[in-house]
Amino acid sequence: MHIPDGYLGPVTSGFFYVVMLPIWAFASKIVKKTLKVKQVPLLAIGAAFSFVIMMFNVPIPGGSTGHAVGGVLVAILLGPWAACIAVTVALVVQALMFGDGGITAIGANCFNMAFVLPFVGYYVYRILSGNSPVNSNRRVIAAGIAAYIGINVAALIAGIEFGLQPLLHHTATGQALYCPYGLKTAVTAMCSGHLLVFGWVEVLVTALVVKYLQKRDPSLLIGCEGNQL
Amino acid sequence: MKTITKLWIGIIILIIITPLGLLLPAHFKAGSAWGEWGADEVGKVVGYVPQGLEKLSELWKAPFPDYAFKGWEEKGIMHLSLAYIFSAIVGICVIVALAWFIGKLLTKKE
Repeated sequence: MHIPDGYLGPVTSGFFYVVMLPIWAFASKIVKKTLKVKQVPLLAIGAAFSFVIMMFNVPIPGGSTGHAVGGVLVAILLGPWAACIAVTVALVVQALMFGDGGITAIGANCFNMAFVLPFVGYYVYRILSGNSPVNSNRRVIAAGIAAYIGINVAALIAGIEFGLQPLLHHTATGQALYCPYGLKTAVTAMCSGHLLVFGWVEVLVTALVVKYLQKRDPSLLIGCEGNQL
Repeated sequence: MKTITKLWIGIIILIIITPLGLLLPAHFKAGSAWGEWGADEVGKVVGYVPQGLEKLSELWKAPFPDYAFKGWEEKGIMHLSLAYIFSAIVGICVIVALAWFIGKLLTKKE
């Protein structure tokens, strides 16, 4: 889901930088108010976890690869705004140091993976968890469903960003200037891969870690309640 | 042991097994992620290289492209796995330092 340089035209790249600037500013403001000093190591672990889990490329035999993002788990532990900051740090380092995701696409990639994914995941988790006790199975299932929906909505939006390019930018003869695939192809490819394979990795890591923390240290699972706004 | 310490150990274990993210796709003959192909790969499939894509795709020269070292593209999977682990370590050191700094900055009491 890391859109490289050259796939998005200037309109789309610029648009998402403009959209992300106030989100980053607002995230800093909220996190400043809500993050506790003792949660700082967890923020660093969250960013590190997101970075390393994205290195686990999962294959579709003979096809493409994809990976989990870990953003829903970070949102469950720290709240969606802190998750936005943690995943942004991971994405910026991936782009600058490893060429994973374009420099021009940092706005769009952060919108998809550091904003849409943790926010959708977080609110699905909260709604499905309801008032269930912190160590209930319902919370594990809620975390799994939240992870699946979060990553798939992000993939859908990435697909739309890719697919809009041939409509926005093409030569007089109809050749695309940036991503050459239209909406139908791009959305189908992005969604099918994540619905069938990669989304399940996000489900697995999210649900397993929530289950582990329920047994080990449930306080971490309620530490962020009230961090959402 | 504190839970946070356990979580750090979890991260270290993940770093050590990151080469799975190279070996599994290689074993199942899977290519890049959708939409993350290089310009020449797009040219082969689509029949032409979109002009803007060609121009922008070389915009940034990352120090460790694709979590490897420059010139190691032709080396075997063993070398690439080592470079992958090295990249994970370097990346995580930078990320932890950055996130820690941001966290400290935001939790500083005025």
